[in-house]
Amino acid sequence: MTRRDSYLRDVVLRRLRSNPLAVSGGIVVLVMFLVSSLAPVITPYQPNTLDAYHVLLPPSASHWFGTDDLGRDVFSRMVYGARVSLKVGFVAVGIATVIGTIIGLIAGYYGGLVDSLLMRFVDIMLCFPTFFLILAIVTIREPSILNIMLIIGFTGWMGVSRLVRAEVLSLRERDFVQAARAMGCSDLRIIFRHILPNAMGPVLVYATLGIATAILTESSLSFLGIGVQPPEPSWGNILASGKEFLEFAWWLFLFPGLAITVTTLSYYLVGEGIRDALDPRNVR
Amino acid sequence: MAYYLAKRLLLMIPLLIGITVITFGVIHLTPGEPVEMQTAMNPKVSAEARDRLRKYYELDKPIHVQYYRWVSRLVRLDLGKSFSPDGRPVAAKIRERLPITINLNIISLILEFALAIPIGVMAATHRNGPLDRWTTVFVFLGFATPLFWLSLILMYLFGIQFGWLPISGLHSLGYATHGFWWQLWDLAKHLVLPVSVATFGSLAGLSRYMRSGMIDTLGQDYITTARAKGLSERVVVYKHALRNALLPVITLLGLSVPGLIGGSVIFESIFSIPGMGQLFYQGVMARDYPLVMGILVIGAVLTLLGNLLADLGYALADPRIRHGRGGAL
Repeated sequence: MTRRDSYLRDVVLRRLRSNPLAVSGGIVVLVMFLVSSLAPVITPYQPNTLDAYHVLLPPSASHWFGTDDLGRDVFSRMVYGARVSLKVGFVAVGIATVIGTIIGLIAGYYGGLVDSLLMRFVDIMLCFPTFFLILAIVTIREPSILNIMLIIGFTGWMGVSRLVRAEVLSLRERDFVQAARAMGCSDLRIIFRHILPNAMGPVLVYATLGIATAILTESSLSFLGIGVQPPEPSWGNILASGKEFLEFAWWLFLFPGLAITVTTLSYYLVGEGIRDALDPRNVR
Repeated sequence: MAYYLAKRLLLMIPLLIGITVITFGVIHLTPGEPVEMQTAMNPKVSAEARDRLRKYYELDKPIHVQYYRWVSRLVRLDLGKSFSPDGRPVAAKIRERLPITINLNIISLILEFALAIPIGVMAATHRNGPLDRWTTVFVFLGFATPLFWLSLILMYLFGIQFGWLPISGLHSLGYATHGFWWQLWDLAKHLVLPVSVATFGSLAGLSRYMRSGMIDTLGQDYITTARAKGLSERVVVYKHALRNALLPVITLLGLSVPGLIGGSVIFESIFSIPGMGQLFYQGVMARDYPLVMGILVIGAVLTLLGNLLADLGYALADPRIRHGRGGAL
């Protein structure tokens, strides 16, 4: 078992490394990690220091990405904004993945009435325009990073649960699961030791793509003024101030938008890369 | 077919009940009371008036009674009165906004299909060629670009820098005083930017889907047979393969409804288009609960209908299901 695992991992990693798009995506993701963990060291200014004498300055040597309407350094704010995006992406997707995996496992493994009930619940949740639901709940509760992460997570698990359920349905009847059952393994052991590890591949792909979506959702919310609240910087709310000064300050909307696009693009490339690498049809 | 339809309609009943429960729960199980929002800022509102308001909205009743009242009004298509100062019925507000959103989405859907089908087919038939690579890049960019950012850039370029296009609303000032053709031209100019943004947003997914559908179909035995018969590549691709590759796209149409409705919030509020997305945004900001609940329910029901229509369309297009041999369904 372990030997097969490490063999698989080697094959998948090798294929991932030979995919230039996935590698460049991975590098961007790593850089974003570094930038956000080293934020206080990298940033030339405090993200919230007001400077009434240097308002709406275009990019220059002292302010790489210019300054905003309150004289704050846009580059420094964006570095701190990267932290927010990263946190929201990972925590929201973490929540969604855990909920989705548990529901998918239960539905697929036990089948019958439990399965029907859970899947109807999934159907109902999928009927709602997700962005409407998120918008409504975030506003009614307080808009804050914590609430945004929780709500994106709680409204984003349905896809994972369908995916896991489908995997479990096909794994459940395989010989090795039947063998484990014949040996008298408990349900929990079969689920977590034999089924779950084999279903993790597609979940990993889905989660990577989900991070990109969560980052986009957070920035849309912040842009609409319902997400991360100023003065705390987020790429979305920097862009919102860019909208107000559209005619005078192109740097206020250009850089944060590029950051969002490049970051989400990178997660997509990594996710697609893992998907290709895991696909048995691509064995060469 | 009739059996299939009846079964599908019956299955919708529990889903509809679920939709109302979740909508109600989302709004009522979260803290903060609408009456407080409406009156907290206004020192002239006495405690007594506040009580009267609370009674008017039946917030003093237990929660299951509130739900029961709400649902029984809902089945009569009465969505209640808006909390906003004009106090108009929610149903009337939605009715005047919904067509704008739907029409906008239909225009961009037509554009999407007109673009995505040829792009997908070309990418599939010239797999790994330069066109395929470029569409892949374009598709990823389409996934990754935030639509509100794209809107801002287009507004900046075409509205401000070049000054070619209007950047907000649907009509220019003095719209009513002009003739029909002028009005049409004016509307078209206002629609260019929002429609382009909406189209770009979904084009990526659709063309990628089309491409993989085409690749799968082109690998089928009957395509090899058609080629072996000596049919021209054109006939094979456009007659034999395309029609089969289009089948799953029908389902995608149904599935895209919630995304389209959800996405309308963003570009309707950016371009100040008075559609349902903008109405929802305003309702949410004002904590106008009846309005928010009404739109959530309508949005979910539209999705349900979209799925039903897509499945029926699929059944009509696929003879295996049409002739009742699709036992699984």
